[in-house]
Amino acid sequence: MSERLGVTPAQTVGPYLHIGLRWPDGPYAVPEGTPGAFWIRGRIVDGAGMPVVDALVESWQADPDGRFDHPDDPRGAQPSTVPGYRGFGRSETDAAGQYALLTVRPGPLPAPNGETEAPHLTLSVFARGLLHRVVTRLYFPDEPAANAEDPVLRIIDADRRDTLLATPAPDGFRFDIRLQGEHETVFFAV
Amino acid sequence: MTQETAHPIGSGLTLPQYRRDAVDAHPPLLSPGYGSTVLRAPQRPLTYLPQRLTEVTGPLLGEGRIGELDHDLTRQHDAEPQGQRIVVHGRVLDGDGRPVPHTLVEIWQANAAGRYRHVIDTWPAPLDPHFEGVGRALTDEHGHYRFVTIQPGAYPWKNHDNAWRPAHIHFSLFGRAFVQRLVTQMYFPGDPLFFQDPIFNSVPDPKARERMVARYDHAGTVPSWALAYEFDIVLRGRESTPFEDGDDDE
Ligand SMILES: [Fe+3]
Repeated sequence: MSERLGVTPAQTVGPYLHIGLRWPDGPYAVPEGTPGAFWIRGRIVDGAGMPVVDALVESWQADPDGRFDHPDDPRGAQPSTVPGYRGFGRSETDAAGQYALLTVRPGPLPAPNGETEAPHLTLSVFARGLLHRVVTRLYFPDEPAANAEDPVLRIIDADRRDTLLATPAPDGFRFDIRLQGEHETVFFAV
Repeated sequence: MTQETAHPIGSGLTLPQYRRDAVDAHPPLLSPGYGSTVLRAPQRPLTYLPQRLTEVTGPLLGEGRIGELDHDLTRQHDAEPQGQRIVVHGRVLDGDGRPVPHTLVEIWQANAAGRYRHVIDTWPAPLDPHFEGVGRALTDEHGHYRFVTIQPGAYPWKNHDNAWRPAHIHFSLFGRAFVQRLVTQMYFPGDPLFFQDPIFNSVPDPKARERMVARYDHAGTVPSWALAYEFDIVLRGRESTPFEDGDDDE
């Protein structure tokens, strides 16, 4: 029988995160030039409305067919039909607190109980001053029917739901993350 | 059965579920002793999210990301860096003691003088032209990883009067699921600076805090060459009963 072990605690990435976590290809969940690819850009702000310039955003998502190339997907691991697809993006914030990720729209996902999750990305934010990552989800503004049925969006108070909705932008979508205060982004315990 | 016909896409969907961590095993996001948390910690309670497909899968990043010398921070330049050479090794495990094989481990650290090679680190300790302070490795099939590096120095910061960070190495881990993602710091045994460090002490449970402290490993110490430290990292374990279609949603 296996033995239960206590988990290793989380600690902040600190101000020097770029040394260890910067990847030249980090922002590319799909390769540049992928048909249908778009940018997700946004700003991370603190409780005083100041940009968070030493943060890192990571994204994870299903591919456009709603599949994962992962053995724990009970439908079976399925390599994406999108060439070079990674599904994972990583972007540090710049001097204005801005991050940027290039990706494609994920497909909807089956959920237990026969529900269907609307297309979404899950995002982690790491930063100096965050002793543990915070987790949120990004949904698309042009999926009103799917969003209305989404089992996660449905449990969020109506007046906070829009913090999880991206807004249209010229080259994709905009998704700001407010760590604290008025219009604080909804964060999840996963 | 009629349920399945009505929702063919969701029928029979059985997902692994990961145990929720004890509340005192991780630092509270608001830990005022560490000043930067005050304006950055969310004030609203976190929303409980049942783990679904996106949470129980995750990026399985591997071989392509690792260069031949990425695990050896003493051989990334023409000459060796200054400082005490050390081996840091251990296993990545889940909360049931099962090894996590072939998973990416990323580290970064200050040099022997406690200085980071980073534009915003300006305290007057020498930079080492032969030390970047960044390493990457994949665990083997038994979940084992190994780095060769130098003992990082302690460094001052401005959090409180006469504040010094205990010597540490930053660690980043993926595991196999989004919910297992972890960034932590490895500390060295017996560090006299622990008592005044609000980051180390932000973890409420003293036993959990100890899990961030490496063990001096004399058996692993290489004669006439390098001291060894062993640091096992434990990611979340799975619930014994998977979340099945038809279970009550929480
Ligand atoms: Fe540090």
